[in-house]
Amino acid sequence: MTTITEFLVAEHRACDDGFAAAEDAAHAGDLARCRANFQQFLAAMEHHFQKEEAMLFPAFEQATGNAMGPTRVMRLEHQQMRETLAEMSGALAGGDLENFLGQAEALLILMQQHNIKEEQMLYPMCDRFLGGAVGSVIQALRDFPAGGSP
Amino acid sequence: MNSAGLSLEQAPPFSVPLRFFLTAPWFLVLAAALLAWRGPEVFASRWLPATLALTHLLTLGFMAQVMLGALLQMLPVVVGVVVPRPRLAAALIHIPLTLGALVLAVAFLNGSPAWFQGALGLLGLGFGTALIAVHLALWHAPVVSGTVIALRCALGALMVTVGLGLALGGFFGWGFSLPVVIVTHLHTAWGLVGWTTLLVAGVAYQVVPMFQITPPYPSAFVRGFAPLMAVLLVAWSVLTFGDWETAARLTGAALALGVGLFAMTTLYLLTQRRRKIGDPTLAYWRTSMASLLAGALLWLLTPWVPALAQAPQVEWLLGILLIFGFAVAVINGMLYKIVPFLAWFHLQAQLLGRAKVPTMKQLLPEVRIRRQFWAYLATLLLLLVAAVHPSVLTYPAALALGVTGIWLGVNLWAVGWTYRRILQDGLAIAPVRDNQVMRG
Ligand code: HEM
Repeated sequence: MTTITEFLVAEHRACDDGFAAAEDAAHAGDLARCRANFQQFLAAMEHHFQKEEAMLFPAFEQATGNAMGPTRVMRLEHQQMRETLAEMSGALAGGDLENFLGQAEALLILMQQHNIKEEQMLYPMCDRFLGGAVGSVIQALRDFPAGGSP
Repeated sequence: MNSAGLSLEQAPPFSVPLRFFLTAPWFLVLAAALLAWRGPEVFASRWLPATLALTHLLTLGFMAQVMLGALLQMLPVVVGVVVPRPRLAAALIHIPLTLGALVLAVAFLNGSPAWFQGALGLLGLGFGTALIAVHLALWHAPVVSGTVIALRCALGALMVTVGLGLALGGFFGWGFSLPVVIVTHLHTAWGLVGWTTLLVAGVAYQVVPMFQITPPYPSAFVRGFAPLMAVLLVAWSVLTFGDWETAARLTGAALALGVGLFAMTTLYLLTQRRRKIGDPTLAYWRTSMASLLAGALLWLLTPWVPALAQAPQVEWLLGILLIFGFAVAVINGMLYKIVPFLAWFHLQAQLLGRAKVPTMKQLLPEVRIRRQFWAYLATLLLLLVAAVHPSVLTYPAALALGVTGIWLGVNLWAVGWTYRRILQDGLAIAPVRDNQVMRG
């Protein structure tokens, strides 16, 4: 049976690849390709954030009775990443690839620190605390509609 | 596993790790000055006072300095636990460690028991605080990942290293009676293989796959490597102490193989990176792992090849490869990620929406990193050749080491200055309301 950890780790890795593609295009100076890759990456990130914020975190909070703990910090970090993603969008809109790459450097670290916390602590705890409900939570995550259009 | 212990809080205040990072480079410069002062004679034997002083300027002043500072920074992220009273803990580690490293170097040089006693007091306090603070955090780790296991092993090894170091210092300071040569062998192995390699491994499990976007380390490796190495170190120590020569040699070979395996795995993963663009810290990782692999091979072969076993330079080459080639390189590279990121992160948190925050690449331009890397690489090669031909190359090597250290120091201080200037300007434009300041 799949675990929440496996399912969401796979999403993180897909996002990593989206990041690498956008960064590569920027480095090559290919503004059009960078814009296309970044749009895809941005949509994947936002979709993933929303799944967690609307589905996974509330389930965790309910199971543990704790809404002020780890999930609060995770939401805060999503917000930080959204801000940096917005800066990157702005840089791309202005065609400033140099600035885009500078922001990307920080985004990668923000993303990965956040991933470490989720993959190694929060997700395993979700699997543990949600017990029998894990299967239905994964199904719900799978069916979660993409909110923002790419 | 309980969720109550899990704190995914964010970074401690910037000053906590930064004070360590801004001090460390100057110990490279001090080491260079010592090398220039004592000249080629330093390479005559690893047991010379000047050599031991040089070793500890690097292992305590540079390596332990950054490694402890980085641990205080990283624990909340990789372990999910905050160190209590971080500013106080940082001061109680940083100040005695810095002074202790200096005093110990002087003690080696002048051989005075009083200086040894002073050094032991300072280092005992600094490391004692660090071990308590970090151990408390590691014990409360809500989830035991491979990294937590490796960090626990590394911290255990640091405890052994420091314990043996204090005992050795006691020999010089108070005339403790102990078998100095054997204890020094154990101290060296626990310091370089236990503390340094296992800590780098624990950090590598996280940062190599994530920042270079490579496949993960094999999960059996992540969970098994550090405990296995720790057990081998214990066995090797007992066998060495009991003078069971063949068995000790075989265990030593197993340790060297283990270290080599870690280096090869990391080099292999770096060939699989999906991040396309070059990253200046990548060169440091590659150099570090190549040095570690070369060191492991040399260590593996030496006992079995008479020509090597008798050459006094081999121990020097090994020391240079492991300390300067492996440890200093990986630490230097990591500093270039951590310092600009933290500066950006704390500026962003405090100034968001009030002032424009420069990007990491504006805070520390890549060209500066690349140029300093070439100075570093030249130093490594010069040191290796100087160990074999000291009369010609000691001074060029010392000069190169000085340049590398100053350059690293200037690059990091420049980030610190820019950080302060932007923060002050930003706050002057629009004062931050207290309740909006994040833990910055
Ligand atoms: C409290 C801290 C420490 C003290 C008081 C200390 C003290 C000493 C002393 C007195 C010796 C020389 C023994 C002799 O002459 O026979 C020595 C050797 C050595 N120490 Fe430390 N040490 C400390 C920490 C460390 C650490 C953290 C490392 C990390 C890697 C380290 C690495 C070494 C090495 C590699 C040697 C051998 C040098 C050589 O053979 O040339 N030491 N230490």
